[in-house]
Amino acid sequence: MVATVSNEPEVFQGNAVPVPGLRRHVLDLDDFTAEEIAATLDNAAAMRAVLERDVKKVPALRGRVIMTLFYEASTRTRISFEEAGKILSADVINMTASASSIEKGESLLNTGLTLQAMGVDVIVVRHPHAGAPHFLARNLSNVAVINAGDGAHAHPTQGLLDLYTAREHLGGLSGRKVVIVGDVLHSRVARSAVWGFAKAGAQVILSGPPTLMPDPLTPGGWGAAGNNGVANPLANVSVESDLDAAIEGADLVMALRLQSERQQRGFFPSLREYIRRWQVNDARMARANHDALLMHPGPMNEGIEVSSGVAHGERSLIEEQVTNGVAIRMALLYQLAGAVAVEN
Amino acid sequence: MDADEIRRAVTRMFHEILERNHGADGLLLAGIRTRGVPLAERLAEQIRQAENVSIPVGRLDINLYRDDLSERPRMRIRPTTMPVDVAGRTVVLVDDVLYTGRTVRAAMDAISDLGRPLRIQAAALVDRGHRELPIRADFVGKNIPTRQMELVRVRFNETDGIDDVCILERGTA
Repeated sequence: MVATVSNEPEVFQGNAVPVPGLRRHVLDLDDFTAEEIAATLDNAAAMRAVLERDVKKVPALRGRVIMTLFYEASTRTRISFEEAGKILSADVINMTASASSIEKGESLLNTGLTLQAMGVDVIVVRHPHAGAPHFLARNLSNVAVINAGDGAHAHPTQGLLDLYTAREHLGGLSGRKVVIVGDVLHSRVARSAVWGFAKAGAQVILSGPPTLMPDPLTPGGWGAAGNNGVANPLANVSVESDLDAAIEGADLVMALRLQSERQQRGFFPSLREYIRRWQVNDARMARANHDALLMHPGPMNEGIEVSSGVAHGERSLIEEQVTNGVAIRMALLYQLAGAVAVEN
Repeated sequence: MDADEIRRAVTRMFHEILERNHGADGLLLAGIRTRGVPLAERLAEQIRQAENVSIPVGRLDINLYRDDLSERPRMRIRPTTMPVDVAGRTVVLVDDVLYTGRTVRAAMDAISDLGRPLRIQAAALVDRGHRELPIRADFVGKNIPTRQMELVRVRFNETDGIDDVCILERGTA
């Protein structure tokens, strides 16, 4: 009955299936593997079950301190992180730039070092400048950093909650047709969603005014195949300005928030034209698959990028996205807090 | 232990569970993931065959209640599912191996967050000793004295394609 084994002990301890990848920070989805994304979504499903209980509290992160550091306005993202942390029993401290020493001119680095010295375990940062969370992550040795939106660059937790919501309703995402419509050029939500959906194997089509479409990322354009034997992860991403054509047969339509200042800066002639050509409404949804779903990251300009009927119709997942956002952030906080604890 | 020994141990455990609780009324078997779940299902199946009553079986994931996040980080968490409300029930926690008692402690916390059971009991196929908490099992398939250097590996057909229990040397990689 006695034998020796060459495997790690964990192999035999049923609950110990680790999430793949060694992650300290969540900065964007470009460095997530498809496996790590899938594992994170699985954990979020378990977290979602906690949200549905009468007693929404588990002790997993007792004694951990989470700081939300927001240099930009936010409702749902900040509150979502706060709720996620509190349900996991972490202590959550909220800091907004307008009511802190940042007003007195303290730099991002010094603010980060101060928070680290106070023993904060996780900093959730939103910043108007792309790369600010990466800068913090590079310069803080004992803190996990989560990007809650940096400039027009990335919003990975939004991307993951979009993936989770889509996966819950569509099952597998491989081969599914996902249309992202609106101001893709300035949208960190779109950028992270593109990475996530592309890695999950979906076919992604970007639509909107040509002036608000991103430049092709690779010399051959979005659809170019990879070189040096490395597949281009964005090979299934394409641009189609004509929404009526893009939405044909779509399984999922994601409408982005249109900031009205874009019109003043001349990206498109008038709001009326934008509504006529790129609003997601009943007529356009009728061109998609008969059970196609609608998502929107919020906050929504009802009647501009999406009609009220569609926004509150039965295909709309907008409110569910908010609930799932809490579950995704619980999963990420849990995964990161464990990783930090090991290193210290 | 081979498949026959496991089967006989499970048979004795289900008799003891029914005897202690004067029948199957109000029982809820809560299998602790991963291998507590097939064990709980086997107990329920044997009770169904012997007594012709169906006992609800829940699945409990206790990772969110562990006190050693720093030692076992980044685990996959799976949903806890209970077919019935735990309130007022006799909940039997079922796990493959009882060792330090920390898993049972975490499982008791997890159950308490779902409601207020009438009582909680613990069942394990193997009790290997080395408790670190004042916890004991109410129902044990087999007591196997071990050294702390050793590992007890339980495999079930449902999860591993084979039924057996082995003692292995830890870290002989």
